[in-house]
Amino acid sequence: MADTITLEVARYRPEQEDEPTTQCYEIPMRREWTVLDGLNHVKDRLDGTLSFRWSCRMGICGSCGMTIDGDPVLACETFLTDHHPGPVRVEPLRNFPVIRDLVVELTDFMAKLPHVMPWLVADEPPPDTEYLQKPAEVDEYQQYSMCINCMLCYAACPVYGLERDFLGPALIALAQRYNLDSRDHGDHDRLEILSAPEGIWDCTFVGECSRACPKGVDPAGAIQRYKLEAAKRTVRSLLLPRGRR
Amino acid sequence: MSTRYDVVIVGGGGAGLRAAIAVAEARPDLSIAIISKVYPMRSHTVSAEGGAAAVIRPPDTLDDHAHDTISGGDWLCDQDAVEAFVAEAPGELLRLEHWGCPWSREPDGRIAVRPFGGMRRVRTWFAADKTGFHLLHTLFQTSLRYPSIVRYDEWFVTRLLVDDGRVWGVVAIEVMSGRIDAITAESVILCTGGCGRVYPFTTNANISTGDGLALAYRAGAPLEDMEFVQYHPTGLPFTGILISEAARAEGGWLVNRDGYRYLQDYNLGRPAPGPVLRSMELGPRDRLSQAFVKEVDRGRTTDTPWGPVVHLDLRHLGAEVIEARLPFVRELCRDYEHVDPVRELIPVRPVVHYMMGGVSTDLVGATALDGLYAAGETACVSINGANRLGSNSLPELLVFGARAGAAVAEAAGRHTGPAPAVAAQARDEEHRLESDLLHREGGRERLATIREELRETMEQGVGIYRSGDSTAKAADKLYELRERCRNAAVDDHSRVFNTELVAALELSFLLDVAESIVRCASLREESRGAHQRTDFPARDDERFLAHSQIRRTGDGASTVSYRPVTITRWPPAERVYGR
Ligand SMILES: Cc1cc2nc3c(=O)[nH]c(=O)nc-3n(C[C@H](O)[C@H](O)[C@H](O)COP(=O)(O)OP(=O)(O)OC[C@H]3O[C@@H](n4cnc5c(N)ncnc54)[C@H](O)[C@@H]3O)c2cc1C
Ligand code: SF4
Ligand code: FES
Repeated sequence: MADTITLEVARYRPEQEDEPTTQCYEIPMRREWTVLDGLNHVKDRLDGTLSFRWSCRMGICGSCGMTIDGDPVLACETFLTDHHPGPVRVEPLRNFPVIRDLVVELTDFMAKLPHVMPWLVADEPPPDTEYLQKPAEVDEYQQYSMCINCMLCYAACPVYGLERDFLGPALIALAQRYNLDSRDHGDHDRLEILSAPEGIWDCTFVGECSRACPKGVDPAGAIQRYKLEAAKRTVRSLLLPRGRR
Repeated sequence: MSTRYDVVIVGGGGAGLRAAIAVAEARPDLSIAIISKVYPMRSHTVSAEGGAAAVIRPPDTLDDHAHDTISGGDWLCDQDAVEAFVAEAPGELLRLEHWGCPWSREPDGRIAVRPFGGMRRVRTWFAADKTGFHLLHTLFQTSLRYPSIVRYDEWFVTRLLVDDGRVWGVVAIEVMSGRIDAITAESVILCTGGCGRVYPFTTNANISTGDGLALAYRAGAPLEDMEFVQYHPTGLPFTGILISEAARAEGGWLVNRDGYRYLQDYNLGRPAPGPVLRSMELGPRDRLSQAFVKEVDRGRTTDTPWGPVVHLDLRHLGAEVIEARLPFVRELCRDYEHVDPVRELIPVRPVVHYMMGGVSTDLVGATALDGLYAAGETACVSINGANRLGSNSLPELLVFGARAGAAVAEAAGRHTGPAPAVAAQARDEEHRLESDLLHREGGRERLATIREELRETMEQGVGIYRSGDSTAKAADKLYELRERCRNAAVDDHSRVFNTELVAALELSFLLDVAESIVRCASLREESRGAHQRTDFPARDDERFLAHSQIRRTGDGASTVSYRPVTITRWPPAERVYGR
């Protein structure tokens, strides 16, 4: 194995330049290094001005999403060995405004987050003990509760690239996470936002989101499942008197 | 610019979010700002794996949980604080359940609990092995319901505003734009987490740089018990990624190079095939990490490029248990160590994990400075004493986050302000940031060089074992590093997302935290819990059944004094495990 590898990193410094540029850094090629370790080597020893986000370095905080050799991935879970012999192309996540270098703006996602009411809606005061929930009931929503908000699915989603109003994969999965929780009674409240044009119906079911997701959340599955549910509900609301919907 | 709130909370991890919700529930009319240098759901709480302890059902009792905590802490815990903690922990975890936290369940639908190190009863609630992740996301999502909570995401706090012994707010930089603002408030709650990054090899995230400790210290609030740094016995070599204690709680074994369960040689009981509470692999973390060092001395560990290791053996648990109870452990081992615990041994070594000390507070989080509160890992209440028990920290965040929130809500409206001197202070700070950092030219050394030397100094000087000699050397080296830090290079002069500026500010916080650890470690001439002195190997209750309190006295100097431990019902005794 060669003992170095080149990172081709997209740079963008809005105070200095109008367009992104590329800068190459030669770094040691080490079996145990992720792309994040490579970027930290650059920042610590070669160029202190390179900006990127990271924190946990263990694939759980969701900070380090980037486009690496064309794919949206977590830099801390992507090993240099898998991109050997390089060069490794490192760019910011697609579909988001770039703030600087590899840092993208998440303001849109953060602003939409409360719209899906991602909290437990109870219909009466909670019991004195825990709500009982059998393991099979946990399994119903567990997968959708594993989202780390890393935004890879948004970077992969062709619809979000065109339609900024689209709620997007992770938010629909999050709404389903609560809808499918046996303790929750908010599905009716979430129906309006989910079945609005910028909710589930924008999705053309390409499935790129589920392929990109590093945590196996399967947002495409969540959307598909909700489409069926919403269709049923719409029919019911047309046919039944209000009290029995 | 300056914006005023009733309450400012620094930190959006478990403690900060719980505190914010407590204020919002008690007093919906109060305005609350959460300032966090990362988006709240990125906070370090997200990495907690194993679980959260609280008495759930008989035969467990509050007294049992209290006694485990106090003996685990080598009698340095304040027992009134522990009693409050164990009494309120069950209600807090239940509240999380009512907010939607996906706790793992028994077949009949009740909350499931697992054993944990140093606990004599099975009382650790868990959400598979991503407990902190679920807890943090549940709190964050729940916090979105409260309109009175305003968030400053990716804002970095650089200084507390203090006038006449009272805290009036903070100065912070918006990382995205470089904007510097004073954010004032009648009360400030520090919930800034731990400081593991002051050491080279740690489980802690990059953000755990002890900022709140340094902010409080600089403002004149005393830090307590800073010499007590917890090493967790099982970190992955090279990365320092944690393999949760849950792996041992489910029945994992620690073996040396001969495949021998070496803990039996260290007064921790006899090996049994299944997990035995308070015995062997389920002993407390300080004792297990110390046993590792002894194994190294005996030449019974395995050498790797990242130092000596022992091995964690989970193979006998089988794929089914590992998948159901420890899926994250398996994922981490596969991704970062290229081993599958179902079939292979996991190499592990002790790794810096948790700061028992912190900003000294009373039982509701109030510090010595009027208007300043602290909660979570950054605070020292103290329930953790000389050694925290695994799974006590997450409930601590909730119990004392909620208590601090309730206390500031209660105290609100007593002061009108801020005092005029505060505006001048805010301008000073703005000036410092502008001229010193954004316009620093021609620095000589890289920040990373100084940071690496600092971390190595800490490992050498105040590691698992320390001595008068090692701490003295560390103190000298810290002095030198502090001087060099003033002239370090900051190449990035940009305002937009300047992460080098952030790193420079964090480094100066780390240096203050390091100084407090080294100073307190040098003065405590005894061995207790995680503080093991080779030159004073015994516990000395005569002199040191007391909390150290270090306080800045102007110009970089500090004084250390001692405050007696509060004993209510459990007089100091020997710590007994495995019998
Ligand atoms: C890998 C790992 C596993 C663990 N597992 C367990 C477990 O199973 N059970 C258990 O009980 N405990 C566990 N712990 C310990 C526990 O997770 C931590 O003690 C706890 O999460 C700390 O929470 P916190 O709210 O105090 O701080 P954090 O979650 O660290 O949050 C700190 C907050 O402060 C903010 N902040 C810091 N500095 C600044 C600044 N200058 N300006 C603005 N904002 C700032 C950050 O942005 C962040 O929001 C574990 C710890 C680790 C490292
Ligand atoms: S659904 Fe998956 S890809 Fe999308 S934000 Fe969540 S974890 Fe990331
Ligand atoms: S750094 Fe946390 S997910 Fe990569």
